[in-house]
Amino acid sequence: MFSLERWQEVFETISKNKLRTFLTGVSVASGIFILVILLGVSVGFQNGIESQFQNDAENIIEIYPGLTSIDYKGFNEGRRIQLKNDDYDLAKKGSETKIEFASPMYQIFAGLISYKNESGSYRVEGVQPDYQFLEKADIIEGRFLNTNDLENKEKYAVIGNRAKKDLFGSQSPIGKYIKISGLNFKVVGVFTDPGGDREETRVYVPISTAQIVFGAGTDIRSMGFTLPKESDYDQALKQSSAFAARIENLLKTKLIIDPRDESALRINNNIENTKEIYLLISAMRLFFWAVGIATLLAGIIGVSNIMLIIVKERTKEIGIRKALGAEPLSIVGMILHESIFVTTVSGLFGLIFGLVLLEVVGPFIELDFIKNPSVNFSIAVSTLILLIAAGAIAGFFPAWRGARIKPIDALRDE
Amino acid sequence: MIEIKDLHKSYKMGKNSLHVLKGINFSVQEGELVSIMGSSGSGKSTLLNILGMLDEADEGSYTLDGVPIKNLNEKLAAQYRNKFLGFIFQSFNLINYKSALDNVALPLYYQGVKRSERMERSMAYLEKVGLADWATHKPNELSGGQKQRVAIARALASDPKVLLADELTGALDSKTSYEIMDLIQQINDEGRTILVVTHEEDIAHMTKRIVNLKDGVIIDDKKVTQVRAIQNV
Ligand SMILES: Nc1ncnc2c1ncn2[C@@H]1O[C@H](COP(=O)(O)OP(=O)(O)OP(=O)(O)O)[C@@H](O)[C@H]1O
Ligand SMILES: [Mg+2]
Repeated sequence: MFSLERWQEVFETISKNKLRTFLTGVSVASGIFILVILLGVSVGFQNGIESQFQNDAENIIEIYPGLTSIDYKGFNEGRRIQLKNDDYDLAKKGSETKIEFASPMYQIFAGLISYKNESGSYRVEGVQPDYQFLEKADIIEGRFLNTNDLENKEKYAVIGNRAKKDLFGSQSPIGKYIKISGLNFKVVGVFTDPGGDREETRVYVPISTAQIVFGAGTDIRSMGFTLPKESDYDQALKQSSAFAARIENLLKTKLIIDPRDESALRINNNIENTKEIYLLISAMRLFFWAVGIATLLAGIIGVSNIMLIIVKERTKEIGIRKALGAEPLSIVGMILHESIFVTTVSGLFGLIFGLVLLEVVGPFIELDFIKNPSVNFSIAVSTLILLIAAGAIAGFFPAWRGARIKPIDALRDE
Repeated sequence: MIEIKDLHKSYKMGKNSLHVLKGINFSVQEGELVSIMGSSGSGKSTLLNILGMLDEADEGSYTLDGVPIKNLNEKLAAQYRNKFLGFIFQSFNLINYKSALDNVALPLYYQGVKRSERMERSMAYLEKVGLADWATHKPNELSGGQKQRVAIARALASDPKVLLADELTGALDSKTSYEIMDLIQQINDEGRTILVVTHEEDIAHMTKRIVNLKDGVIIDDKKVTQVRAIQNV
């Protein structure tokens, strides 16, 4: 089919029919270009909305202890429940593979922190490395706490951006020592948090260190978990509810709490509050898919229209070629070969142009609802392949009809 | 070379049917130069198109160089056209985006001849019709006579058994017409079989045999003494 001779013939036809080639190319290239931009903006919207609405991981499950409200197995109501390290271990046990991130937490609310002459009162939280993701804290300088820090009970601190500004002004705090409750802690990182100033006044230290420094033994104040994300809200809700119920059960049994007691252990399943966001994102995804498919359809219809016009315009030429001995298949092959070649080349142009534009301009877009638009390359490429295939199929029918016209009728065409 | 028996052809137009060829019997030997004459609408082009396998007859038999032409599929018809026939049209029918040379080379492309050989052979035919210097020109840069010379070179390129020409001088002034007929006579002198449709008496007399068509039947078929076109130029 695709012999060298035919390539020569196709190149000749293309180079001598520049306007036709140009028009076909432009319509295919702009179709793909629009699609790439559209996909990119859709991803940007999703990123934007997610970061707008969510200070903490949207699927976090948090567990706090409280006071019992029902007499149970010889214990009076009003007993204060205290969670410990082994309660956290128990909660995690058996679900390790289901859990995405997990961390216990021990905090003091008004820790006196000072650096040189500056000082203030901050919330100090002892946490594990995963806590960064539970809180959606973004590191802007240095690093977050790691497992080594935890195991070696290092006196390291990661401080919020607000705290950093208060204590250090515009200097870099990394490697400097701050005093927390009179003890020296080395600052290893600075974070920002979508929760804003309120959450950026926090200071994170390894929980193992915190428990020692604050004399807490193995006490913890709360624990948090997330499960891997699901794109379907109902599915996500079902899984996290089941997970929360399991932990509640385990802990209530261990801590001797009446199963009906609602105040002894408070379980906050954040996913229940994020239904709207889930729905918004999925509605938007649907919308962009619909627009994308419509664009693609328009592109396909455009390509097939162009093919129809090309075949119509070349009817006489087809008649001449047939009179000179062209077989029907060679006519179809010639038309398709040309159209596939032109759509592929111009489609690639549109694709690359769109990707480059997103890559170059994308990071500079700072609207509230659009953040970091980008495109999944393989989606873009498969769209291109789809368009080429559709163009070939759409082009086949007019080409086939053109090839079937009786030569005498084709020659009469003017 | 050509043998047709009892050929019929009608055109259907809605409910009506127009009976154009009403039983044509006629044969042409190798090396003949025949003109087909007749008034407008008498069916000359219809007959030539059937001979050229551009159209199909409804009834009757047609044998070309010993091969029966019957119920051909498109592919076979294309191969026969390429191998047996060369066409020359009144309106030239050159491909306007191709140079004269590339137009001449087209039948060879469909014969599967390699590009370099194609170009070489096409150039030789352009030389033969006196247009070697115009090889790279597009049809719209050529005069009518030059275009028809390119068309003749193209018709010769595939070295066909028979040349079929429909009103090949119809779009040309008389001086140019005679030059073209001179070329046709030279080609015939080399032994090639040629059929020319014309309604011009002087052109017909430059062939060796005149077939007269009227209302779909041959009313007259006679050999004539050929007038050499070169004398009129
Ligand atoms: N495709 C067609 N459909 C219907 N009728 C046709 C068709 N082609 C030709 N005819 C009719 O058939 C008759 C013969 O046409 P043809 O073209 O063979 O005549 P002709 O002898 O070549 O005439 P002219 O000298 O004008 O070229 C005419 O009446 C014409 O109208
Ligand atoms: Mg005619």
